[in-house]
Amino acid sequence: MSSPSHPPSDRCVDHHEIRLRVNGRDICARVEDRLGLADFLREDLGLTGTHLGCEHGVCGACTVWIDGHSARACLTLAAQADGCEIRTVESLASPDGTLHPLQQAFRDHHGLQCGYCTPGILMSLAELLRDVPDPDESAIREVLSGHLCRCTGYQNIVAAARAAVDRLRGAQ
Amino acid sequence: MKAPAFRYHAPRRLEQAIELAATLPNARLLAGGQSLLPMLNFRLLAPEHVVDLAKVEGLAGIDELPGAVRIGAMTRQREIEFSEVVRRRLPLLAEAIRWVGHRQTRNRGTLGGSLCHLDPSAEQPMVAMAMDAVLDIASPKGTRRLPMHEFALDLMTPAIEDGEIVTAVTFPQWPEGHGWGFEEFARRHGDYAIVAVAALVLRDGDGRLSRASVTLGGVAATARRVTDAERCLVGSRGEPAAVAAAAEACAQVPAMGDAQIPAGYRSRLARTLAQRALDRAIARTGAVA
Repeated sequence: MSSPSHPPSDRCVDHHEIRLRVNGRDICARVEDRLGLADFLREDLGLTGTHLGCEHGVCGACTVWIDGHSARACLTLAAQADGCEIRTVESLASPDGTLHPLQQAFRDHHGLQCGYCTPGILMSLAELLRDVPDPDESAIREVLSGHLCRCTGYQNIVAAARAAVDRLRGAQ
Repeated sequence: MKAPAFRYHAPRRLEQAIELAATLPNARLLAGGQSLLPMLNFRLLAPEHVVDLAKVEGLAGIDELPGAVRIGAMTRQREIEFSEVVRRRLPLLAEAIRWVGHRQTRNRGTLGGSLCHLDPSAEQPMVAMAMDAVLDIASPKGTRRLPMHEFALDLMTPAIEDGEIVTAVTFPQWPEGHGWGFEEFARRHGDYAIVAVAALVLRDGDGRLSRASVTLGGVAATARRVTDAERCLVGSRGEPAAVAAAAEACAQVPAMGDAQIPAGYRSRLARTLAQRALDRAIARTGAVA
């Protein structure tokens, strides 16, 4: 259970109580009405893997899963997540630290440099690989079009995604 | 880049939502949030109240009616994109929806939210205009029905009053065998269109076009039907000269211009994209028995 960093209700600020599941953990929290989901995850729950870049839905760094689908955490209020199941990048690796095949592929193929955009891209690609077992390059690039990366030029991200596809298919 | 303070409401029933929208001062309706949240984060808006429609029962879903498909206003773009009913009965909408934002925003964004936001280059208002869709608008006085061309008043200005909520959109179906085409140009896929064109055509038994619908996005203040273009097509056989005349009519629609994109460029795009959308629509027409 988290300890909310936001003060309890006063005359100026309205609050809501929300119940949600984050990375398999049931959470009950009191949040300011205007609080964004990304800030809630980062500041209240300490899940700082979700990054905030542009905060208006363009860069994709804050992408998480809401009820099984990728979404911009910066374009969602924490209050809207009441009753939802949220998954963040922290849920990808195994509890023993073994990287998810996508994460390992990003490491192997230099799919990141500064890493700021990476958590969001991983969550979007994880959704693609769940829904489409053998995506072609255009499907990968279409998903990546919802993200901005200023380091890699995207080529190594595509290569990493392809490698993860091959590995996951080989494991079946 | 954080939203200004407001009070959040999450009603469960439509009557509650209508009452909140009708009685709260300076209230904004929240659908999928993919346009409202950026505007809040930029502090372009500072509502005192935000009424979230996500938990209101009965506002989402795709229903097949005789000769039409009714889509709940809170139906997410993802559901439309993957709907077999939409693909089969509203192929123009199925094609256009893939141009809306990105996978990550289509997972949250809604049909009703886009129609009420009414961006001049947005795809869903274009399809609603192209297909003469009718909106159900609920208020404390009851529900009224408004055709899209009366709903789209002006730039980002829908004909909706405080206390009214769009609950559903009915798309009249075009007959089987009709052709459709949707073309768009943006600097990057997923950006707002600079110009987009939606086209629908129907052939009669003699091979002549008996119906045509041509709609521009990104050119005028709202999605714009080009009746001059449609007149060039109806009665023709869809031959190149008729299509070229229709495309030229699209280029004649007075276009918006700004520092980045001059009006003349939009007009040239309108001509080129109309040509492509119509060529594709005409090629898709099936023989009518």
